Amino acid sequence: MQDPDEPDYTAEGEPVPRRKRKPIGWSFITIGVLVVVSAALVWRRDGIQGVTEILTHDVTLFGGILPRVLAGCLLGAFIAEILPHDKVSRSLGPDSGLKGLLIGTAFGAILPGGPFTAYPVASALLTVGADFGATIAMVVSWTLIGYGRAVAWELPIMGADFTLWRIAISLPLPVLAGAFGRFVYVQMYPAKDEAE
Amino acid sequence: MNAALLIDVILWASVAGVGYIAWRRGPKVMTASLREGTWDFINIVPRIAVGVIGSGYIAAVIPQEIITGWLGPNSGWLGVATAVVAGAATPGGPVVGFSIGAVALKAGGGSPQVLAYVIAWALFAFQRLLLWEIPFMPARFVWFRAAVSIPFPFLAAAIAMVIGKP
Repeated sequence: MQDPDEPDYTAEGEPVPRRKRKPIGWSFITIGVLVVVSAALVWRRDGIQGVTEILTHDVTLFGGILPRVLAGCLLGAFIAEILPHDKVSRSLGPDSGLKGLLIGTAFGAILPGGPFTAYPVASALLTVGADFGATIAMVVSWTLIGYGRAVAWELPIMGADFTLWRIAISLPLPVLAGAFGRFVYVQMYPAKDEAE
Repeated sequence: MNAALLIDVILWASVAGVGYIAWRRGPKVMTASLREGTWDFINIVPRIAVGVIGSGYIAAVIPQEIITGWLGPNSGWLGVATAVVAGAATPGGPVVGFSIGAVALKAGGGSPQVLAYVIAWALFAFQRLLLWEIPFMPARFVWFRAAVSIPFPFLAAAIAMVIGKP
């Protein structure tokens, strides 16, 4: 399997796929440095008032997002636990063909919530046996044809005409991106696939 | 009922739905998932906190006019390529990204270019990759996905040019 994590074993001796938790890494440091530098620039330009104004606004935003992040994490954890490993490998694995890409696309399109749900759930799918191709189809479908962001933000700001045409043009992209991803993956890691 | 509330209701209903399935499999499955999900949450909150609370500062120092300028009435494939880079570079949340797109449309930007901008931003805006995707997913997957996504804003722009919409 491509999952580098060693599975844990429960008392019954059944393997439980487990996602590895990351230590604070360079991506976090990058964001942190960007934030500190930007906040310093805002402070120089607008003074302390500009800094606190943005802080108040974003803390409120964070408070609103927090319960949804919890919901996303729980959704991902439940899905990782209840989806049968063998079935997922069959319907979303490397040999799932066009059907796997279509299932990934459909799943991404109906998934509720924002990034706080899409990424934990996508990560759960990878853990239980979906391949990069189907997971790419799911993530791309969520970002391009999922209704969450379109209804909440795009329709009011960009207007219905642009939004609907944008979604119509985007319809084939998740399957194409998944197929392209699967193709590139096999080119990049051919030996691994043969070993399976 | 507004859209955000509706989405919250669907979200928590989905959590309850899969939670119920887990509970039917046995209380052990239920508590194991609850513990796993809660630990993920505790682990992720500091990153999200720094990113979300700090994103206002990043958006405030990169003036939107600069990005809108890149999307100007500059037509053709160079305009599309610029739009893709602008989409990847746009900081902040959905309000910032879509507002820039809307302003560019009003300011006479070509629709294939604005389309490429919105799609590139949705697929691989750097701040979303770092703030949301990397903490939750294997880094190898994130970079792989972003890299194979690069052709698709161009493809969308090509489709838009052929059909003459939006």
